[in-house]
Amino acid sequence: MDASPLPVPLSAYLTLAAVLFTIGVFGIFLNRKNVIVILMSIELLLLAVNLNLVAFSAVLGDLAGQVFALFVLTVAAAEAAIGLAIVVVYFRNRGSIEVEDISVMRG
Amino acid sequence: MLYAVVLFAPLLGAAIAGLFGRLIGDRGAQLVTCALMGVSALAATIGLSALGDPPTTVRLFTWAVVDGFVAEWAIRVDGLSIVMMFVVSVVSFLIHVYSIGYMAHDPGIPRFFSYLSFFTFAMLALVTSDNLIQLYFGWEGVGVASYLLIGYWYTRPQACAAAIKAFLVNRVGDFGLALGIAATYFVFDSVQFDVIFANAARLAETDIVVFGARFDTLTIIAVLLFIGAIGKSAQLPLHTWLPDAMEGPTPVSALIHAATMVTAGVFLVARFSPLFEYAPDALALVAFLGATTALFAASVGLVQNDIKRVIAYSTCSQLGYMFAAAGVGAYAAAIFHLFTHAFFKALMFLGAGSVIHALKDEQDLRRMGGIWRKLPLTYGAMWVGSLALVGFPGTAGFFSKDAIIEAAWVSEAAFARYAFLMLLLAAVLTAFYTGRLMFLAFHGRPRDPELAAHAHESPPVMTVPLGLLAIGAVLSGWLGYVMLDPSGGFWGGAIFTQADNRVLEEIETVPALIKWSPTLALALGLGLAWLFYVGAPALPDLLAQRLRPLYAFLLNKWYFDELYDALFVRPALRLADRFWRGVDLGVIDRFGPDGVALATIEAAKRAVRLQTGYLYHYAFAMLIGIVALLSWYLLLVRG
Repeated sequence: MDASPLPVPLSAYLTLAAVLFTIGVFGIFLNRKNVIVILMSIELLLLAVNLNLVAFSAVLGDLAGQVFALFVLTVAAAEAAIGLAIVVVYFRNRGSIEVEDISVMRG
Repeated sequence: MLYAVVLFAPLLGAAIAGLFGRLIGDRGAQLVTCALMGVSALAATIGLSALGDPPTTVRLFTWAVVDGFVAEWAIRVDGLSIVMMFVVSVVSFLIHVYSIGYMAHDPGIPRFFSYLSFFTFAMLALVTSDNLIQLYFGWEGVGVASYLLIGYWYTRPQACAAAIKAFLVNRVGDFGLALGIAATYFVFDSVQFDVIFANAARLAETDIVVFGARFDTLTIIAVLLFIGAIGKSAQLPLHTWLPDAMEGPTPVSALIHAATMVTAGVFLVARFSPLFEYAPDALALVAFLGATTALFAASVGLVQNDIKRVIAYSTCSQLGYMFAAAGVGAYAAAIFHLFTHAFFKALMFLGAGSVIHALKDEQDLRRMGGIWRKLPLTYGAMWVGSLALVGFPGTAGFFSKDAIIEAAWVSEAAFARYAFLMLLLAAVLTAFYTGRLMFLAFHGRPRDPELAAHAHESPPVMTVPLGLLAIGAVLSGWLGYVMLDPSGGFWGGAIFTQADNRVLEEIETVPALIKWSPTLALALGLGLAWLFYVGAPALPDLLAQRLRPLYAFLLNKWYFDELYDALFVRPALRLADRFWRGVDLGVIDRFGPDGVALATIEAAKRAVRLQTGYLYHYAFAMLIGIVALLSWYLLLVRG
């Protein structure tokens, strides 16, 4: 990787992305308190993936990865907006966004 | 061909009325069944011309062939079947016509007429059969038809109970008949009458082993067949169904009692005279049970209050006479009495139906009375029937019943003397209960003035059959007297008697006292009835109070129903209850349907716990899934 355009080795990016992804995953299913934390964790997952896309794009000299990252960001913004709206409506209806309370689907 | 018409016209009528009743309507069903029944009666009347000819058989087709066993459909034409065909079809035709009037307001007319015709067909199939299998078919067909007709008013619980009772009690007898047929086939290797009768003499005095004990072959077959006859002909101890069968419409009672069903047992014994003649022990049983039933049923008839029940017990008693006659060897007298009885008993039942019809379905004798001026035709017909029943000189019963009593006197068979005494006593009782019925129903002061005030004569469609039957109730004795011809020429060999059986010859020479004893018995009985119910009407109540235990004993029919209830019905119900609770609920349901359902529910309850409804549980499951799939891909597929 001598001609690498990156100031730090690719493995560092990948490690960071993996760490972020893992934090996101654990944020989802270890969190028992707040739905907003889940939304934030999802953002974290998306960002981790974006980091991978951008890093590989730079290494491989292919712009498609960065374009794809921009799409992901857009979708993430939309998703966050919808998710927050759902949370607001849900709070209005049920008076709580505690994850423990959301168990309508219990068999 | 002529006899095929006799047999199948009623079946055709039953099929048309039963299957297309909606299409042809009430009037159409009445017309079709009555017309076809009329054709059958006409053909049977023409068929009388063949009397005295040697027996012939009309083969229709083969029913079943299993190895050496052959069951055929055939019409056996001999003296016995010609007489039976005539009685059955003619009486049944008159009852059909009468039913048009009696059942005019019933909602199920096509069904009723279809059953009536089917009933007649089954009886005709029974009497014309030339083998035991076809006879059994007719036998069971009669049983089914009687069940359907007794339970015709199926919304009435008593009617359903009576129908079930009739069917079950008959099954007991039918079981005996089925065993008898099996034993016959075992011994004779055939169910054809010709073969059986030809070989009966050869098998006399031979033994057969049943359950390790030795019995006389013919005796055991005859007794088994007779058990069938007991059930169908309502003799002791299987008589309990007959009075209950009164729950059916009155024409049905008339049909059961006169033409079809109950006479089948007497017919069976007469048909198997070649067998019974060689089985004196079986004949002794026939004579004993017949004579006992004659007295028993007459004694119960004395105190019954339902007009139809009185006549029903009278039938039971008269059938006892017929069996007693057969038992002492006078088969011809038995069939002669069957012949005359069919006319006057049908007449009495239809007359009683006319009375019931006139009194707005009232059947209790204690609420009748004082209506003879209003129902002159019915009244006259009923008296003719009653006089024929009690054996008034000149009427049909005089000839046939006296012949039986004389036969019992002259016979040297076992129980003949016993039968003579029983029958003579029963003749007194017969005259008494018949007189009681007539005096209570028609004479005296109206006991229920309102009912009597609205009484009216029945329409011609009902009174004309009454008139015709009344003629039959007188003429059948004069015309049928040839049946007793000692040479047996009348029967053309259909009734077999051994050479030493001279009962029919000897009844011509009985002492005058014996000859007139039934008439004396009749005078005594009728006189007593007149004294009790017209002369001194307070006497019956007084006597009933003085002799309370006896009265209750008779009123409750010798407690036979209670006895059977305690002996058979209750234990059977208890056993059934135990099986139901123990086996059906306890084993089959518990481990079968209920058990499987319970296990499924338990498993589902466990599976349902996976669905907690918490998002993080689902997310966790997804993660594990992704990790597992990726691991599998990386390690096994790519690696």
